[in-house]
Amino acid sequence: MEIQRKIKFEEELARDFLDEIKLMSHCEEIDRCIQCGTCSSSCPMAVYMDHPPRKIIAFIKNGFKEEALKSFTIWLCSSCYTCQVRCPAKIKITDVMYALKRKAIQEKVYPHQFAIPVLAQEMQRMIAKNGRSSELWLILNLYLKSRNPWGLLKMAPTGLALLKTGRMSLKREKIKNTKQLHQILKPPKEEGQ
Amino acid sequence: MKEYAYYPGCSLKGNAKHYEESILPVFKELGLALEEMDDWNCCGATAYFSVNDHMAAAICGRNLSIAEKQGKNIFAPCAGCYLTLKKSNQFLGNGSEEAQKILASLEKANCSYHGQVEVKHPLEVLIQDVGLKTIQSKVQNPLTGLKVACYYGCQLVRPFTEFDDPDYPETLDKVMEAIGAYPVEYSAKTKCCGGSLTGTMQEVGAQLNFVLLKEAKRKGADVIVTICPLCQFNLEIIQDKVARSFQEKFAIPILYFSQLMGLALGLNKYDLGFKRSIIPLDPMWEKIQRGG
Repeated sequence: MEIQRKIKFEEELARDFLDEIKLMSHCEEIDRCIQCGTCSSSCPMAVYMDHPPRKIIAFIKNGFKEEALKSFTIWLCSSCYTCQVRCPAKIKITDVMYALKRKAIQEKVYPHQFAIPVLAQEMQRMIAKNGRSSELWLILNLYLKSRNPWGLLKMAPTGLALLKTGRMSLKREKIKNTKQLHQILKPPKEEGQ
Repeated sequence: MKEYAYYPGCSLKGNAKHYEESILPVFKELGLALEEMDDWNCCGATAYFSVNDHMAAAICGRNLSIAEKQGKNIFAPCAGCYLTLKKSNQFLGNGSEEAQKILASLEKANCSYHGQVEVKHPLEVLIQDVGLKTIQSKVQNPLTGLKVACYYGCQLVRPFTEFDDPDYPETLDKVMEAIGAYPVEYSAKTKCCGGSLTGTMQEVGAQLNFVLLKEAKRKGADVIVTICPLCQFNLEIIQDKVARSFQEKFAIPILYFSQLMGLALGLNKYDLGFKRSIIPLDPMWEKIQRGG
């Protein structure tokens, strides 16, 4: 049996993590959390999470960066905002979860081949390129990138039902002025100023 | 009152065609002709905010700018688009340095934005601009006896809840009452359907939607009425999977509120997208014909 230390030493904590997430989530109130648990008990996804939302907030407050960023929790957040409207300390918990997702992608520590971050990135790429999302192509990309042909096969009856009712388009949707969109999305430093 | 620019979003051009097919004629009948916004782009949904929030606000800024140039407000029937555009609108107007930078990059790309646009959901427009009395006065075929479970989901009522309650909203129930239907006491009305997670994690989606379907069944609802394409899609498509996972069969039609409104306002039922329903509608038609 491998013996694991469960407690962190002071010097192992990421002391700037709280400030970083405050900035990224536009939420100054994170350290006002009183650990009441309203978020966890309101969350429809909490039963599937490795750490419930209350614990994630505690992780951020106390510098447990790796634990927060590598959790499945942040990806299981469905952005229903129930916790956010109920939090007595007015912490924008959903926005905090978004900030953690972005940070996890930036640092490439999200669970790979886990479908949710794959979908988010695939969809973002599709929109940045074409200006619109095309449902069918998005789903195909998702199963391809998360290497899940079985999942795609299981979707076949749904696809068929949608096809029969005329609700599935094979077209790749695109806006006319993609040039303008790409200009908006260009990072500032590449503008050659 | 400002006119509205219709922002369909990707869903109303894809799996939610019947939402578009019903919402446009209904609002026309109510005296609000809607023209589709020219060359709109996807709002980015939850995905873009998970990857890059500044760029997410920027692409929404392009849509806001298009509406502003036309001097119109945005009419967004998808709850996801509604929230995303509203959130970005708020962010772009908060005066922060980041927001200023995004506004400058928008201007450079010839789509300047000055914060003059409001984003509205059709339900909000019905309540605030049209009014329940007007709706009531235009009803030709009241849907007497039809029991409906009004499902609001998440993103219409949270976190921006200017026109209804975030936990127990009632505006859709009132609209359904105005067209003669009977809204059941649906306690699951703002419980999440899982959104895109129902596609990525089907077991989880099945569990969440099972609760929603079960509660509607328990309250004797003939149909569930939705205001969001993703809710509609999830609740309808998952019924097969739910039957397998929980050994309980459901055949509850999942409709858009605009489809039922169209019926009540006397529009041709063949023009309201009912043919796109995957769940058979025969029991519902019988009930409507019988008058309950």
